[in-house]
Amino acid sequence: MQILSKVWLFCALLLISSIANANANLTIEITRGSDQALPIGVVPFAGNEGMSEDIAQIIQDDLERSGLFEPLERSAMFEKPSQADDVEFGTWRSLDVRYLVVGRAEQTGSGYQLQFDLMDISGQRRMIGESVTANANDLRGAAHYISDQIFEAITDIRGAFSTSIAYVTAQGLGDNMQFGLYVADADGRNSQQVLTSDQPIMSPSWSPDGRKLAYVSFETERPAIYIQDVATGQRVMATSFDGINGAPTWSPDGRRIAMSLSKDGQPEIYIMDIGNRSVERLTNSNSIDTEPAWSPDGRSLLFTSDRSGGPQIYQYSLGSGETKRVTFTGNYNARARYSPDGDQIFLVHRSSRGYQVARQDLEGGRLVVLSDSTRDESPSVAPNGTMVIFATQQGNNGVLSAVSADGRSSFRLPAAQGDVRDPAWSPFLN
Amino acid sequence: MQLKPLVRSLAVALSIVVIAGCSSTGGTQDGDSYGSQDGSSMGAGTSGAGTGGQYGSTTGSGSGAGQQADSRIPEVRTIYFDYDRDTIKSEYESAVMAHARYLRANPNAQVVLHGHTDERGTREYNMALGERRARAVQRFLNIQGVSNSQMSVVSYGEERPAASGQSESAYSQNRRVVFNY
Repeated sequence: MQILSKVWLFCALLLISSIANANANLTIEITRGSDQALPIGVVPFAGNEGMSEDIAQIIQDDLERSGLFEPLERSAMFEKPSQADDVEFGTWRSLDVRYLVVGRAEQTGSGYQLQFDLMDISGQRRMIGESVTANANDLRGAAHYISDQIFEAITDIRGAFSTSIAYVTAQGLGDNMQFGLYVADADGRNSQQVLTSDQPIMSPSWSPDGRKLAYVSFETERPAIYIQDVATGQRVMATSFDGINGAPTWSPDGRRIAMSLSKDGQPEIYIMDIGNRSVERLTNSNSIDTEPAWSPDGRSLLFTSDRSGGPQIYQYSLGSGETKRVTFTGNYNARARYSPDGDQIFLVHRSSRGYQVARQDLEGGRLVVLSDSTRDESPSVAPNGTMVIFATQQGNNGVLSAVSADGRSSFRLPAAQGDVRDPAWSPFLN
Repeated sequence: MQLKPLVRSLAVALSIVVIAGCSSTGGTQDGDSYGSQDGSSMGAGTSGAGTGGQYGSTTGSGSGAGQQADSRIPEVRTIYFDYDRDTIKSEYESAVMAHARYLRANPNAQVVLHGHTDERGTREYNMALGERRARAVQRFLNIQGVSNSQMSVVSYGEERPAASGQSESAYSQNRRVVFNY
């Protein structure tokens, strides 16, 4: 157990670049709009001139990306009200708008005061309104907060626009590669470098409080699992057993990490107690067992196993220790994740067209393919369950894409260069 | 990373010492029971794989060329696999045998077997498939008398492709095990 002596050592400084702004922002391209999207107008905020961010544009983009809203073009707005009292309902009804967002920004000592109102055009009433204090350097954060309020008021679902995504970048080939681990806002902006290495980085997983990431890094020329505080950059090596140290996923209570270790032969599912670093083996099969995922209630785990031949999804119950097969459609189903309510799973399914992200009811449901490319992988579900982000290919580059949980709408997050992969959607952060 | 050239030049220096030693002791070398196969007996040994693997105690006439071959790291250090397979293809058996001979002849030599897959399928599952390939080679070498203490296995899954693109030719170059000394 020499590994344990290494455990709390902080690792090589060279590899950790302190949280620095890196020019690796992702952009958004809406690739499929929903025909059932709600028409909404987001009027440019009064007083926005001279500010570093266009508040209404950020809100409009957030809502459009969700697939549930279809924003009205600005050029079609011949009135620009900035408060509830100024809204002429007839004007907006004639533009077939069901909801309208109006607002204004006022400069204060250290930043801005953003006031917004959400109007129900057909109901001719103000639904919500709020005054938000924003630091000058966090206007995007304030805009995402407003988007969250609007989204919840209309859909009754908590907004997830103020969340983050972690992802891995890669460039080069063979022995000449550069890998990066990044955290960005859910809209791909504001990317921050967490780690760079000339050895592979894989499988980032968020702690349930959204403060830490567990991931696999090969920086010692073999795989090891690390836990890193995103804000401070401080980190520890959690496991470095012989063989595979892979697929870490954090338990909902934040105290354990499920992982795949091959120290005893074949890759098996283990649970590590983060407090004392002990590992407990769950599976015992003469096959590959990997890619564990915790159920939201923490009582069971999904994992991928090829015990029946090809990879399929199994569910392990922590209470009884029973394992049951969950997927039966096709001969390749892997890397499943639960929906936040635990009723559905999202996974990678191989069809005659290649690999797609699919959804299935946990209890014997039909498998529904959600994505339409040929090499889609690593689905990660938004904390409100409305969207699934995943890795796909655009030309020869890996890019991130997202699809609504109902499959109706999708968008893509291309990067300027290199491959982007292994996305992990953060939990709610506020 | 900077250590590697140093290790390599040390290995070369050691090889020279070993070769010099061999020529002075007239054909015997350590790793006795597996040692002193010359070029021709290598061929016999390779074909013998199918008939029960008599690699031990092939005693006798170690020619200079044979000694030299066993004291140098074999040239072919990458072998390729079929899709979704971890079977060592017959065309690579002689290459793996050469590594077996080298490792037996040089008990201090260490090899790290890097297993790789093509990009199709999920990353962590491919990590397991890459390990399966590397372990298949490790088992083969072990059966040929290479000590497990000389070998270790690291799977890179699909993370370090040798060729880019989505063609079968790129995929076939990426499904590989690399011998790293």
